[in-house]
Amino acid sequence: MASGDSTTPNERIRREPRLARLMRRPELGALAGLSLVTVFFLATADASMFTLAGVMNFLTPAAQLGILAIGAALLMIGGEFDLSIGSMVAFAGMIFAALVVNLGLPLAVAIPATLVFAAMVGGINGQLTVRTGLPSFIVTLAFLFILRGLTLVGLKWLTGGSTQLRGVRDAVAGDFLAPLFSGHAFKCLFRSLADAGMIEKFRSGVPKVPGVPVEILWFIVIALTATWILLRTPAGNWIFACGGDKKAAANSGVAVDRVKTALFVVTACAGALVAIMTVLDAGSIDARRGFQKEFEAIIAAVIGGCLLTGGYGSAIGAFFGAIIFGMVVIGLTYTSIDQDWFQVFLGGMLLIAVVFNNVIRKRVTGGG
Amino acid sequence: MSEPIIHLENIKKHFGNVIALNGVTFDVRAGECNCLLGDNGAGKSTFIKIMSGVYKPSQGRISINGRKTRFLGRREAMQAGIATVFQDLAMIPLMSVTRNFFMGREPTKGRGPFKRFDLARANRVCVEEMGKMGIALRSPDQVVGTLSGGERQTAAIARAVYFGAKVLILDEPTSALGVRQTSKVLATIDKVRKQGVGVVFISHNVRDAMAVGDRFTVLNHGKTLGTAARGEITANELQDMMAGGQELAELEGLLSGTV
Repeated sequence: MASGDSTTPNERIRREPRLARLMRRPELGALAGLSLVTVFFLATADASMFTLAGVMNFLTPAAQLGILAIGAALLMIGGEFDLSIGSMVAFAGMIFAALVVNLGLPLAVAIPATLVFAAMVGGINGQLTVRTGLPSFIVTLAFLFILRGLTLVGLKWLTGGSTQLRGVRDAVAGDFLAPLFSGHAFKCLFRSLADAGMIEKFRSGVPKVPGVPVEILWFIVIALTATWILLRTPAGNWIFACGGDKKAAANSGVAVDRVKTALFVVTACAGALVAIMTVLDAGSIDARRGFQKEFEAIIAAVIGGCLLTGGYGSAIGAFFGAIIFGMVVIGLTYTSIDQDWFQVFLGGMLLIAVVFNNVIRKRVTGGG
Repeated sequence: MSEPIIHLENIKKHFGNVIALNGVTFDVRAGECNCLLGDNGAGKSTFIKIMSGVYKPSQGRISINGRKTRFLGRREAMQAGIATVFQDLAMIPLMSVTRNFFMGREPTKGRGPFKRFDLARANRVCVEEMGKMGIALRSPDQVVGTLSGGERQTAAIARAVYFGAKVLILDEPTSALGVRQTSKVLATIDKVRKQGVGVVFISHNVRDAMAVGDRFTVLNHGKTLGTAARGEITANELQDMMAGGQELAELEGLLSGTV
């Protein structure tokens, strides 16, 4: 209340306690979950898990999943699902690899072209959903199979029978854009930290961790950007409005169909970005890339506080949700626990998150 | 008496061979509250949609600020300042009051890619406007779900008025409310009227209408039975007209000359 002319504080206005305000944040559950999981692994896992190398080790898969999860979270807040993201990772990966290897295009062309291609598929998903009025669950389930199938067929056609396309690393060697999408960043810094003896190094003097994997940086930048858009721009308000009540949003002048289509495009592009990075890292694409990632992304978004019914959630929550994920997948290898408990854990975590979110929503809306 | 902001005369609307409206005459002046009373199925919703430019009437004349027009487009209606608060209020329970208040019309600051939602200003305006209507928000980021029914209605009205409503159509604003909440909403209507907004109060509750209305128009079977000014008609008479019009002849005499 900066210029409080007509709004002198009313004695009936009870200032909300900070804790109550905090309780209303959608990412609270994810943060609590992250602390819990951290404590669990601090107690059970080998100490090497929380060294610099160990942290990078679990943050890398977390980042790859997280980029998808943030896309999924935005879309869920807007009231829709995209079950085709996992297949999109494989499909966009194939397009990208084909452009680079078979056509020999430089990254400056191949990367934008891949993103445009993914955006088009996202646009089709979106338009089909908003025009038919069918649940996006069904529309994108169809694309889950269509894209996966196209990837298999396409790869066999491109390679003459194989479901794997190799040779990406040779094709992009020396490309000036490659360091942006693969490998490590801040190598100099890590080198000098190692020289100063502040981080671990091999006997040769090379630091054990050569730098920060670029996907982690992308992950952080995307999480911050998405959060900013959600909370501080008109577009963010429209996204919440579309998911909260599509009719009310439309009656208030929000272009609901355009917002939703744009969100499908963003989600598809998130899939394509992950595809580009994993293809560059692995040097190849295979038809199983991104398998079941759509579910993991949605789970991370739900752990991050997104409601399945839309209109509520956060990008930063999905960020934490993805880190929980990475921590558990990789963390279990540092313990004596059988790694296959991972799936049990996943299901359990999802259930707790959904129940928790439901309670929070009721609290927020003041209903029973 | 001032010129009506909007005047609709002998409006008819057919949907195929269903006659939804069969001769509706209605007008609103600045700073008054004209109550449109009718039972369920009388044609109130169809009439609202014609007034707010959603439907095109099959027959009839409309004039806005004295200027005749064949029908209102949605855009024309909005430019003329005709705002409708529908029963669902277009409020989203999980979003804050401010975010709801400015939904679709967010104030921005900055330019280019840094254009952003000016939340500080939005919060200030929202608290101010709600304050004018007599509602002290705990905080502007209080979610709408925690407001009472009457407060939500008031928030929707405050929003319409802030965005320049000259004619405010309220679709059954009190139908789902208790006694205390209803009186709050009626007080809000009074405040809005005093600001010079013409209010169309649509209801089937004669008591609520009598509490705040300046004029009363009864709609029955798609036809208006005439408009009476406050003091010219009693609640019982209005009730009877809404209910059926058995005593139509008798009442017509009573209402003659007031249209």
